[in-house]
Amino acid sequence: MRIWLPPVLLAALLYGLSVGMPVLEPLFQWLQPDKQTVIYDRESFLFLLQNHLLLVVVSAAVGTFMAVTGGIFATRPSGRDFLPLVSQVASIGQTFPPVAVLALAVPVLGFGEAPILIALILYGLLPILRNTLAGLEGVDPTVREAARGMGMSPGQILFRAELPLAGRVILAGIRTSVTINIATAAIGSTIGARNLGDPVIAGLVNGNTAYVLQGAILIGLLALTTDSLFEALERIWDRRFSPQAAV
Amino acid sequence: MIELKNVTRRFGNTVAVDNINLTIETGEVCVLVGSSGCGKSTTLRMINRLLPHSAGEILVDGEDVNAMNPEQLRLNMGYVIQGTGLFPHWTVARNIAMVPHLLKWPKERIDARVEELMTLLDLDPATHASKYPQQLSGGQAQRVGVARALAADPNILLMDEPFGALDAITRENLQMEMLRIQRQVRKTTVFVTHDIDEALKLATRIAVMDQGRIIQHDTPENILRHPASDFVENLVGKQDRGLKLMSLRPVRDLMSPHAEPRQSVAGEGAIREEDSVRLALSVMLWKDLGEVAVFNARGQETGVITRERIIQEGA
Repeated sequence: MRIWLPPVLLAALLYGLSVGMPVLEPLFQWLQPDKQTVIYDRESFLFLLQNHLLLVVVSAAVGTFMAVTGGIFATRPSGRDFLPLVSQVASIGQTFPPVAVLALAVPVLGFGEAPILIALILYGLLPILRNTLAGLEGVDPTVREAARGMGMSPGQILFRAELPLAGRVILAGIRTSVTINIATAAIGSTIGARNLGDPVIAGLVNGNTAYVLQGAILIGLLALTTDSLFEALERIWDRRFSPQAAV
Repeated sequence: MIELKNVTRRFGNTVAVDNINLTIETGEVCVLVGSSGCGKSTTLRMINRLLPHSAGEILVDGEDVNAMNPEQLRLNMGYVIQGTGLFPHWTVARNIAMVPHLLKWPKERIDARVEELMTLLDLDPATHASKYPQQLSGGQAQRVGVARALAADPNILLMDEPFGALDAITRENLQMEMLRIQRQVRKTTVFVTHDIDEALKLATRIAVMDQGRIIQHDTPENILRHPASDFVENLVGKQDRGLKLMSLRPVRDLMSPHAEPRQSVAGEGAIREEDSVRLALSVMLWKDLGEVAVFNARGQETGVITRERIIQEGA
């Protein structure tokens, strides 16, 4: 249970700050003495946090599904010819700035959540895909050979040997992708996706450093919480699939 | 029984296996021997369809392998490879249980079988069953590999240089185990090696391969006595043949038996009936004896073997 302690503590702190930000009013007043309101109040922080989380979870789920499927496909005998193409597409997704994706997507999809979701999915693909490929290619070829020779079907080899053995590396890719996207999601505020970027943008527009700080602290804390959650997941994975390494 | 009829395998323009014919009788150990790249592994991997053959026919118990479902075919053939290929995230017991599991045996039957096999391969179930492959020595890991191959009691065993990566002592031990297990379970075995001594020791019949062809297919004794070509002669070691022949013959063949087995104590390192003549001679040379007593498996003295007889008739 000690494994779960850091993410739970961080999550509690995150929740506490989202609900009880007004408690810190004197502090922000001291930081920003020239403003009347120093606590962002156009929307509750909890609502912004929920939306932020939803954006990241949905984009991570879709991105993971696409990248892992693509990675599996590109390492099968039938899909091996597509291996260079698949990694190129993912690299392009990563090099294309999310802001540019937003600029291109808004005229088509309108304001709101859809453009930022697409930007996040594209941006998050590469780390997951790269790690899926590395993980699957890293499986000891004799293991695959023996599994095939003993009579396992390709599906059985994938689910009983390859994915459990590559899973740790894939999980690390998802961790990187999600952590990046928690920060990137904030730019969605500029096109009307309500999330923790809102106070930051509003603060920048009005010259209110306190707002910026409130948004930034919560985003940072969310990233830390998620990261420690993945840390715990990776430990659990080790315990389950490579027990001798975890001891 | 495994029959290969006019089997050819091409990789692009190169011919890896060139129109070979080979029949492996039920219960015999056929060793494919040759230098690397001679097509011996390719031949083995065509039998369980890990590689398709380009031309010809492969029959297992009279049935064309191409007509069978490849997974079904492989589930009925044990497969042992040099690197063991044990699943690193599974315990020893689970690794051994792999094929019975795929065949959906009930749990009690699997557990009983795993324990039986671990005992057969001289692995203590209590200490080793819950270990992971990385925690085993090379020899133990390969024992697990053999146990896994035998798990569902297949009729056929395919072994691709299984002992190639082991040190000499461990290899020797495992070869002895192989002979012992083979006496007990009598599997039709195809065994690939580049080590001619290993081939001579384990084979019922040896197929010597070179450049994708089978040069000679015969018993170890005939391979030594009547090599079909210079290549085979060099492979078995021209000058060394006398001693190699001696190591094929059991002491039983050349000893003078007593009328009645005598009750006496077979000490440490005593010569037994199934030991090779070569070993008996070596002991006599070392201890400077003209003859040594021979014991049977129950420790009774059943005869003597003399140095003279070995020199006269040993090879």
